Amino acid sequence: MDFSPTQEQAALKESARRLCERDYGFEQRRHRIRGAEGFSRDLWKTFADLGWLGAGLSEDDFGYGGGPVETALLQEEFGRVLLVEPYLSCAIIAARAVVALGDPAQKEALLAPLVAGEKLIALAHNEAAMRGDDAAVRTEARLTADGWRLEGRKAFVLGGSSADILLVSARTPGGVSLFEVPADAAGLEVVAYHAVDGRRVADLMLTDVAVDDAARIGPEGGALPGIELAVDHGVIALMAECVGAMDAALWLTRDYLTTRKQFGVTLNTFQALQHRMADMLVETELARSMLLRGIAALSDPDPRARRAGVSAAKVQIAEAAVKVTGEAIQMHGGIGVTEEYVVGHFYKRAVLARGLFGSIDLHLERFAAWSRKAVA
Amino acid sequence: MNFDLDPADAAFQAEMRAFIRQALPADIARRGRQGFHATHDDVQAWMRILNARGLAAVHWPRQHGGTDWSPLRRHLFQVELRAAGTPVPDQAALELVGPVIYTFGDEVQKARYLPAILNADTFWCQGFSEPNSGSDLASLKTRAVRDGDHYVVNGQKTWTSEAHKADMMFALVRTDGEARPQAGISFLLIDMKSPGVSVRPIYTINEGLSVNEVFLDNVRVPAENLVGEENRGWGYAKFLLTNERTMSAETPHTAFDLEQVKQIAAVERRGGRPLIEDPLFAARLARFEIELRALEAAVLRVLHMGENDPALNATASVLKLRGSELRQRIADLAVEALGDHGLAVFPDVEGQDNMDVLAPVPPAPDYAAGWLSRAMFRRATTIYGGANEIQRTIIAKSVLGL
Ligand SMILES: Cc1cc2nc3c(=O)[nH]c(=O)nc-3n(C[C@H](O)[C@H](O)[C@H](O)COP(=O)(O)OP(=O)(O)OC[C@H]3O[C@@H](n4cnc5c(N)ncnc54)[C@H](O)[C@@H]3O)c2cc1C
Repeated sequence: MDFSPTQEQAALKESARRLCERDYGFEQRRHRIRGAEGFSRDLWKTFADLGWLGAGLSEDDFGYGGGPVETALLQEEFGRVLLVEPYLSCAIIAARAVVALGDPAQKEALLAPLVAGEKLIALAHNEAAMRGDDAAVRTEARLTADGWRLEGRKAFVLGGSSADILLVSARTPGGVSLFEVPADAAGLEVVAYHAVDGRRVADLMLTDVAVDDAARIGPEGGALPGIELAVDHGVIALMAECVGAMDAALWLTRDYLTTRKQFGVTLNTFQALQHRMADMLVETELARSMLLRGIAALSDPDPRARRAGVSAAKVQIAEAAVKVTGEAIQMHGGIGVTEEYVVGHFYKRAVLARGLFGSIDLHLERFAAWSRKAVA
Repeated sequence: MNFDLDPADAAFQAEMRAFIRQALPADIARRGRQGFHATHDDVQAWMRILNARGLAAVHWPRQHGGTDWSPLRRHLFQVELRAAGTPVPDQAALELVGPVIYTFGDEVQKARYLPAILNADTFWCQGFSEPNSGSDLASLKTRAVRDGDHYVVNGQKTWTSEAHKADMMFALVRTDGEARPQAGISFLLIDMKSPGVSVRPIYTINEGLSVNEVFLDNVRVPAENLVGEENRGWGYAKFLLTNERTMSAETPHTAFDLEQVKQIAAVERRGGRPLIEDPLFAARLARFEIELRALEAAVLRVLHMGENDPALNATASVLKLRGSELRQRIADLAVEALGDHGLAVFPDVEGQDNMDVLAPVPPAPDYAAGWLSRAMFRRATTIYGGANEIQRTIIAKSVLGL
């Protein structure tokens, strides 16, 4: 075992920290969120130039030889500044779906432009009734003489509003299949809206959307394992954001307490608050540790063990994030609940992370089912 | 002991329920269920309906336009108002400044301000907190200097709820800079239209507007707007805050929320069954409901205690602390029950105080609207009205004698 980052990993983290500090001030972020697309295309281009869009992909997959560790290092930095660019949805989840399911030609056609920042791709798998149960796909694809016809509705698709290409899962005779659908396909309606944490998301209405069989990514009826793997990568990456957000909220609060005065002294002198800060640190350090186990779980060859490890990370880290960032608001007093100050936005991201890809309850169940089996 | 509701009280409750059902306009009720901040017009319309029946301020003494109902009946009326989703009235006026005026104000002030409060002709805001005086309120710096028959007020208030809609502000101002902090404060009624008053909105994390900064720049306030005696304002403020504390459990609000969450959980499904049948979710809901029952019992105990009951102080302190936490947790539970819908921003399209009027409305069932906004705003319930840390200090010091 070795928990220390390699030189390259340390350098990647360092450059992400520097860029975020320089180009991702809270005011700049606010400006981006209110813009038409809700994020900065220029910054996306910079990410591509820096190699970040392929930082977590192997060279065979048109990346730069990294993996989930590199992804997590970047995501933690992105969490600190509450990044809203579609990194999670495009460079992690969609990319992982293609890696898991695409044939060599599809990988080249999709991953090369994704990594170059030329195309935005999103995985449109989630549906309103799914609630983290990835098998519960209701969107259907019908085979016709000249390809497939898709019908159904996708919900809360991360990065869905700006994607050039949507990877849409649908039920086919053999099970769940995945299809590449261009954003301008006839019969596809994209309804964009705002998620709690400043990201844009979209619902997709698919009405008799036609695609050829060549647009199918992965085996007919056999896409679910690949989709689940992609989602698992997404969950862990989101938990890495949480660790960054918690850590930032923790130290911001610490600094605030040392400057804010009430009753003639700075707030940090009150032991009631010191102990609460200490608990926040405990939660943050445990979350950081759990993240490593979550990253390790991603390469478990047994899918059930992998999913259980991911669920464990989600429960521990997301709950800690809600708690720590909520405490950060409380200890700021009134300023903490304002839209114009950053601390409340850490909480918003934590709330998103807790709810996305299945509730805490779902992940507890998933972990318990696996753990139970180990006893038998 | 007897824990049953008296038949007469039960009949009273049924009568109030029927009255509210018949009197509350349907569109106001619908907006009430969405849980955004009520609009000025809805509050005013509803207050006037109540006032026409003499029910605008049932907890006020009868001679000032209130009732002689027992504390229990006042509470039951609150429960029914909440359960119907009526707009939350101008609490700054009804709960806070009204009682100060009828207790410490002069006859002119009573005649001028109280009827206008009851009929929602004037809306009020509370100008206590300042940028550097939050928990340590007594350190406030806004100055009022006597100049003939006026006070000239300079300073800044902040977190002033509803200042952007208010006609009047009741403010704590420093009239004696030499005295001990608490001894130099006066209680002044300031017309928000006076020259020198300016209001800057502060948007809160629900993307709505309810709090403001209020700048007071050489504002001339007639001396007749001083309540009670000069430099006695701290005492009136303490009276006001104590009144607030017993009200602050807000169990009727929480009970109303809980009913709505149950309805959501009966419709939203996970793993092939309604959430309400999902053992994990059902257990959390049950635990919540049980805690609420305990708190409701605490509220009823307080209502039946005499003012001099030694247990009153301890029990009343529990109300604000746990009540504010439950307010927070029920909205959070709703967000979880709603799944992805709970994570989408719903703009308050019918409201007046939305930050981003252009934000799109997410495609989702009607019952999802407003919950995320509530959950976000309710991070403030443990901060305003004396932060929970301060409440704990009060319990430790004045109840436990530590
Ligand atoms: C939504 C909202 C509406 C409001 N409406 C009004 C209004 O209408 N009128 C009005 O006058 N005010 C209003 N307030 C202000 C409110 O009363 C103050 O925010 C509150 O008193 C806390 O003060 P502060 O924000 O300055 O926090 P601070 O006093 O700076 O406190 C920051 C943190 O330190 C803690 N702390 C402070 N002192 C101690 C101590 N001795 N020991 C342990 N912990 C301590 C606090 O509990 C808090 O967690 C409102 C606030 C909010 C958020």
